[in-house]
Amino acid sequence: MMTSLVPILTVITAIMVLWYAAAIGMNAKWARDQAKRAKVELTTSELIVDTWSQDRPVLPVPHQVASELWKTTGAMALKGRAFSKRSLIFHGWITLSATLLGFVFGTGAGILLAVGIVHNKAMDMSVMPWAIASQTIPILAIAPMIIVVLNSVGIQGLVPKAFISAYLSFFPVVVGMVKGLRSPDGMQLDLLKTYSASGGETFWKLRLPSSMPYLFTALKVGMAASLVGAIVGELPTGAIRGLGARMLTGSYYGQTIQIWSALFAAAILAASLVGIISMIERRMLKRMGVKP
Amino acid sequence: MNGLAFRQAGFDVNDIVIQAKNLDLTFETNDGPIHALKGVDLEINKGDFVSFIGPSGCGKTTFLRVIAALEHPTGGEITVNGMSPDEARQNRAYGYVFQAAGLYPWRTIGGNIKLPLEIMGYSKAEQKAKVEKVLDLVDLAGFDKKFPWQLSGGMQQRASIARALAFDADILLMDEPFGALDEIVRDHLNEQLLKLWARTEKTIGFVTHSIPEAVYLSTKIVVMSPRPGQIYDVIESTLPKERPLDIRDTQEFLDIAHRVREGLRAGHAYD
Repeated sequence: MMTSLVPILTVITAIMVLWYAAAIGMNAKWARDQAKRAKVELTTSELIVDTWSQDRPVLPVPHQVASELWKTTGAMALKGRAFSKRSLIFHGWITLSATLLGFVFGTGAGILLAVGIVHNKAMDMSVMPWAIASQTIPILAIAPMIIVVLNSVGIQGLVPKAFISAYLSFFPVVVGMVKGLRSPDGMQLDLLKTYSASGGETFWKLRLPSSMPYLFTALKVGMAASLVGAIVGELPTGAIRGLGARMLTGSYYGQTIQIWSALFAAAILAASLVGIISMIERRMLKRMGVKP
Repeated sequence: MNGLAFRQAGFDVNDIVIQAKNLDLTFETNDGPIHALKGVDLEINKGDFVSFIGPSGCGKTTFLRVIAALEHPTGGEITVNGMSPDEARQNRAYGYVFQAAGLYPWRTIGGNIKLPLEIMGYSKAEQKAKVEKVLDLVDLAGFDKKFPWQLSGGMQQRASIARALAFDADILLMDEPFGALDEIVRDHLNEQLLKLWARTEKTIGFVTHSIPEAVYLSTKIVVMSPRPGQIYDVIESTLPKERPLDIRDTQEFLDIAHRVREGLRAGHAYD
């Protein structure tokens, strides 16, 4: 425990030092301009304090972001207003619901495509190039089109965002599952042949269990991609709800602290979701008798 | 006419379990055809312990795979229990033991042995009874709830033999099953395998690289030579059925081993 704590603390400390130092440099111009206008001279220590406590700094410092995060989550929850429109819990939930819906769609589609690719020669030849091509298009370019097209057929709100999430998250699942379903070696397949096992039995008893470690790795990548998809889906629509919307409105009004706290909320959300998948993975693999 | 009537009439055709006539197998590869088997004639009788010995590329594993219908010959004929290998497989004629134990890591030892039984549609009660029976046969009684990684390499290979025995096939095909194990474990397993063979009266086809192993185990030793893979010599062992490990120091054993070695040398196996 101690051996891993020291390097982790060292890295965090280094980031903090760099961050606070960078904030001094980037926010100093504004502090000096303000002082000039007020015709006062700033001492070095006054300057530093000012750069760390501006309302709209170029680069907010960690304690400002942390206090904004607390003000818009924990503090509001304590006042019983967790789902007010000013609360990040509310915006986080909007983004989370699109993320999860898209993740479920994307993972489902990814697994089905992988099963098809592994069992069908024609699909193997035809689907994979399209799957790869789909990921070479920048999502920022395609997201507005998806929203516009779906909007024109009367689909709004959650589903278009979930669609973009699914679009991003199906790919790692396809790639991981194809690799996983093909991971049994010739000997293991021959063994089932000697039992005259059917394709279905080979799938359920050998291919699917063999693919589990690959699936979980893909799910973690897919979950993170899914969250990015939901946030990107909120950006081009002028949405007023969701973490993406918070970042957008923050940038309209120069609310850098709000942008950064939304960014951190997204990062914390992603880390928790990936953490949950890791936990399920550990339980599952333990049940499957994997050597601890 | 059933088997018994045949025997009473003086026939012994029913004793032939595997019969190969002028068997050819050519693999088409990018570097041209490879003659894995050429003109192989062999009869294996019920209850025989037949070893196939020869260098890499002599076709010994290929021949075993042809018996198991994992490869299909390009010429000649082969019957297993009087049927084609494919039909024999459908009739669960053989259990196959591979070079590596190949146990599923996510299944317990008992679960691994149940694998063929589940596929073949045995009831839960039958599965349980058979698992117990075969674990006892390979001296692994009480290990059914353990996972493969909890067992040593030798024990894992014994479990894989139990898996091959689980569905009561009459033929056991073994492809260098002890090749990856150290010599002490190997001696022990060879001794156990002979006991198992005596108890179950199975017909065993056994591929090996080791001359002492082949001589110690077999009633019939098939010496093969490469390029093209063919049978060079078939030696009927004169050793008694009861074989303690120290039989390997007797003159009779050494004579047979010598003949195998001569066969391998004459078949250009040492090139």
